[in-house]
Amino acid sequence: MEQATNNEILKIEKLKKYFCIGKDKRGLIYVRAVDGVTFNIKHGETLGLVGESGSGKSTIAYTVVGMYRPTSGQITFKDKNIGIEAARRPLSSKKEIQIVFQDPGSSLNPRQTIKQILTLPLRIHTQIPKRQFQEKIVELLEKVELSPDYLYKSPPSIGGGEKQMVAIARAMASNPSVIILDEPTSALDVSIQAKIINKLIDLQKEMSLTYLFITHDLSLMRNVANRIAIMYLGKICEVAESVTFFEKPLHPYTQMLISSVPVVTKEEEDLKPQKIISTGEIPSPVNIPPGCSFHLRCPYKMPICSKVDPEMIEFSPGHMVRCHLFAKPDNKKIIKE
Amino acid sequence: MKNKENILLNIKDLHVWYKVYGGYLKVLNSVHLIVREGERVGLVGETGCGKTTTMKSILQILPPGDFYIPQGQIFYKGRDVLKMSFKEIQRLRSREIAMIFQDPTAALNPVFTIGNQIGDVIKYSAAFAGGMHKEKIKMRSIKALKEVYLPDPERMCINYPFQLSGGMRQRVCIAMAISSPRNLLIADEPGTSLDVTIQDQIHRLLNELVEKRNTAIILITHSLGVAREMTDRIYVMYAGTIVETATPEILFKNPFHPYTKGLLASVPRISGGGMTQGIPGKLPSYLNPPSGCRFQPRCEQERPICSEEPPQLFEIEKDHLVACYLTQR
Repeated sequence: MEQATNNEILKIEKLKKYFCIGKDKRGLIYVRAVDGVTFNIKHGETLGLVGESGSGKSTIAYTVVGMYRPTSGQITFKDKNIGIEAARRPLSSKKEIQIVFQDPGSSLNPRQTIKQILTLPLRIHTQIPKRQFQEKIVELLEKVELSPDYLYKSPPSIGGGEKQMVAIARAMASNPSVIILDEPTSALDVSIQAKIINKLIDLQKEMSLTYLFITHDLSLMRNVANRIAIMYLGKICEVAESVTFFEKPLHPYTQMLISSVPVVTKEEEDLKPQKIISTGEIPSPVNIPPGCSFHLRCPYKMPICSKVDPEMIEFSPGHMVRCHLFAKPDNKKIIKE
Repeated sequence: MKNKENILLNIKDLHVWYKVYGGYLKVLNSVHLIVREGERVGLVGETGCGKTTTMKSILQILPPGDFYIPQGQIFYKGRDVLKMSFKEIQRLRSREIAMIFQDPTAALNPVFTIGNQIGDVIKYSAAFAGGMHKEKIKMRSIKALKEVYLPDPERMCINYPFQLSGGMRQRVCIAMAISSPRNLLIADEPGTSLDVTIQDQIHRLLNELVEKRNTAIILITHSLGVAREMTDRIYVMYAGTIVETATPEILFKNPFHPYTKGLLASVPRISGGGMTQGIPGKLPSYLNPPSGCRFQPRCEQERPICSEEPPQLFEIEKDHLVACYLTQR
């Protein structure tokens, strides 16, 4: 047990992030973007965070890198609490956690050259002398399979896939141990996506990186992540190893997600839970329904669901689920046929 | 009853160029596409391969003054759209073909109510048949909103687009498209800007409506999975040319064109199996496209003939056409 805790590189406990959006008679109105999330990432693994838009995936990412200050909760990185805003974090922890954003078109400054973009992290986070920058940048570009010709190009003049490669190189520049990938390929085509994902997997092995991979694409997750966490309205509703996840999805929302994935082979079709079809939409995080936040869309709704928020329970080792259907041990039933 | 064999839309050898500084972007290069009555056709391809340009040229809504059509014909019910008068094209747009755009937020006008916008569509459609009374227009709008399962359609009519969620906005766009009877529906990536669960709902809704009305549909998508589940026949497009067309059963069982194969292999599977390498290279520049097959610079099985002349569509088996020199062994 002790070994396992030593292995945890990033630990997030009861993290909450509320945004104040206004005022009414009863007081301030909050958007509860992240509402009590607990998970941990082991060294060298890829944790996939999946959810619909508005479920708070990106807010978690931004809070972990320090772009937001958490409302409450703890973020522990290598046994140090870093749950404070970035300005007050030690530089060493900022260097260790880097992020790649969704849209490379807006995360890279269009008026800078690739060289300028990659120089900044080197200047801030490393002790490399100035005259070796050029050499180091070429090395970084080589890592992501870009030729030195790209040094003096600017982001608008290169393709989307290449831009994302530059963004990845920028994240790698400070030699981090955790990289948060916030939908790195959702703006790209599948043929380019495959290339980037492969590169990311190679780099992970090479530099022993830990990834927090945020996406809404479940089929991508199946092939990239070791473990998957599903988010719904600021809460995690299921965590499991990626293989068990698709073979035995428990939470009704997870089943709904898997059954909505468009697939290309017969084999995959058999994996889909047939019984649940998707209905309804994700409610606004300003008015989160009482009880289980999913009960409005859930086909297995029980009276308890609209009153009591379920607790996270361990269904089988490593497989956590937050649903009343699995609350009592004798009530264990697997919905998937 | 409509006959599924009757050809509704027939695009023959269509070329579309865009004027830019320094020459022409030769975007479409010999596109052939046939849609029969009541058929569900999928047009699959990556970003920037000319899917939307093809559809916009059917409705003649390409940016005015910026395009040039050197050759090609678009026959709709036997009449060439490119030779129609403005009045006839207006009729085509308001009574025959409807289009659903990718981004419902941009497709709806933010300063008019939903009822107003649907009412306009019905009003102009009815103008060709002698007009319609205000009250009847309102009833028709409510009926259309009901058909796309929007809750409380009466109240919805006085809402503005910003008051609705993305999925509801897309439903409104679909309601606009089906509010008056049409023969062809063009859906340009209707689910792409939405979440998977909502996308699934939108696709099921479209399928249901199309089946009920026996409307033909062209579904533009970049996802092979969506095309497989939604359509009767798939056209695969690459860099402005149709490279392969077949029924989903044939296409997913034995794809022939190297591009189709590469694309199919790049799709991550929920049954696992890791990621493939994708397709090396990138789309060619449309300013100076390769003289032969446009996929040749990225193709691993290229032959000398590939860079000379573009290959023509060739039927390798029933309902399976491929534009590749590998067919001529």
